[in-house]
Amino acid sequence: MQSEAVATLLTDAPPSKPAELPPTKSQIKSVPTNDGMLDSELARDAAIVAAAVRRRRFMRLLPWLVITGLLLLWEIGVRLFDIPEFVLPAPTVVAQSMAKWWSPIVSNALQTLKTTLIGFAMANVLGLALGVLVGSSTMVYHGLYPLLIAFNSIPKVALVPILVIWCGIGTLPAVLTSFLISFFPITVNVAAGIATVEPELRDVLRALGARPLKIVRKVGLPRSMPYYFASLKIAITSSFLGSILAETIAGQSGIGHLMIVASSRFDVPLVFAGVVVTAAMSVTMYTIATIIETRTISWATRSQGDQATGV
Amino acid sequence: MTTRPFVEIDRVWMRYNGSGGTLALRNTSLTVDKQEFVAVVGPSGCGKSTLMRLVTGLWPASAGSVIVAGKEVDRPLSIAGMAFQNPTLLPWRTVLDNVMLPFEVVDTLAARLRKDRALYEQQCRELLELVGLKGFEHKNPWQLSGGMQQRASLCRALVHQPQLLMLDEPFGALDVFTREDLWGVLQNLWLARRPTVILVTHDLREAAFLADRILVMTARPGRIMIERKVDLPRPRTPQMTYSSYFQDLVQDLREHIDRARQGEELAHAE
Repeated sequence: MQSEAVATLLTDAPPSKPAELPPTKSQIKSVPTNDGMLDSELARDAAIVAAAVRRRRFMRLLPWLVITGLLLLWEIGVRLFDIPEFVLPAPTVVAQSMAKWWSPIVSNALQTLKTTLIGFAMANVLGLALGVLVGSSTMVYHGLYPLLIAFNSIPKVALVPILVIWCGIGTLPAVLTSFLISFFPITVNVAAGIATVEPELRDVLRALGARPLKIVRKVGLPRSMPYYFASLKIAITSSFLGSILAETIAGQSGIGHLMIVASSRFDVPLVFAGVVVTAAMSVTMYTIATIIETRTISWATRSQGDQATGV
Repeated sequence: MTTRPFVEIDRVWMRYNGSGGTLALRNTSLTVDKQEFVAVVGPSGCGKSTLMRLVTGLWPASAGSVIVAGKEVDRPLSIAGMAFQNPTLLPWRTVLDNVMLPFEVVDTLAARLRKDRALYEQQCRELLELVGLKGFEHKNPWQLSGGMQQRASLCRALVHQPQLLMLDEPFGALDVFTREDLWGVLQNLWLARRPTVILVTHDLREAAFLADRILVMTARPGRIMIERKVDLPRPRTPQMTYSSYFQDLVQDLREHIDRARQGEELAHAE
């Protein structure tokens, strides 16, 4: 917080004109006002500011440094202990495999992306609708919620064979698994957002003659949006989990299917390539969800610095 | 012919959670005239807020009758304005849009919203100016201080010109200076619009400053113990709060409340 403030000051008033900076703590001790700051103190102040900026830059680089470090460690470890390729392939070998099988990897990844997004879209529609129902009606809540929890605690792996019996092998079971696994967090979050409307606010609206539906529309729904967008981040990751799960058990295509085929041929580098591609897709979707979240509901993520003072 | 009181509460009982539940009100009766400003004070938990929800029809009484504007209250009133200790502004709306809320919610007004939006907005702006929020119309609520949020909340409660305004400790969470500022703001609003006001508070000076009549409630189960008329001219000024009349009134109320609270302790001791 402190370093951020200092860094902001820097952009407003560069160190070449340090007289405009407010005194730091150390300066207040020795010199009570801005005027007559000693040169040595000005220099020290500029140094503190520069250090804060360097620190921030470093922090931004840190995750990439950690990843690079881990990959290096992995590569060195594999070579040093001479670990066989079918147990743990080195990152460079995985990269080679990725380059070699690029075309099937891309087509299967796109297939997985498609199933995941269709399942995710279905989860959004049903999750939102169900969330609104469960959150706004105590009747629906009491009737449906235990059932929802019971359903959510079923391991979805157990459902895939059933889905295959119903829909056959292929895209459909993957879409359905992706949907079944990801609608629950959306439902629960939206319901929580609507159910926790402040009782006073409810009273204000009811005293104006508002019917429950209107309270949901004017207050419940907008209020649940931050909960909804937060749940999307969980739901999109679960969606990937669901589609890949179904592909590994009963798929004819998709990155999950590719990994199963690769592992049955002991092509472990290709399995790892599949893992890397899946992670990349999942992280990308997660990031998109985060961007949408911050864009659409800025009111829920406002900074305390915007708070006004006075009566 | 005497005019009928605007609010008539006749021998009302209120018990929560069925026959075994807490008794909040016991055989309570009171009346409020049209355009009168009444304050209800009493020890905490004496059922003041319950009274408010009964009058607005948000909760049904267990026994007795509640009549507002000559009609038995058996459902939410649909015309009352309310404000609470918590300003409960909607954070995703600007101040102006928050004050516009009643125009979107009250059925008869919402029907004309598309046609009369400009007119409604003008009314909102005028009211915001009256409470000193001119220039803050397009701010978000979280950019406002607590006192400013409470001003906006008062505007929202009053903008559709309700005949009945219910205030439940609206200034309870504010500091003393802000609170006394807002007494003036509320008095101005009342003088300009003249709604019937029921103010629930535990601040005796607030009650004495704002109300025409003060009702003191006993400890739970509550009922009206005494009432005091406040004979001070309007508009009242902060200077009046230093007068001996004002001081004596507050002192008198204070003693009654203390007696009510002691009664409560005795009841617990039994």
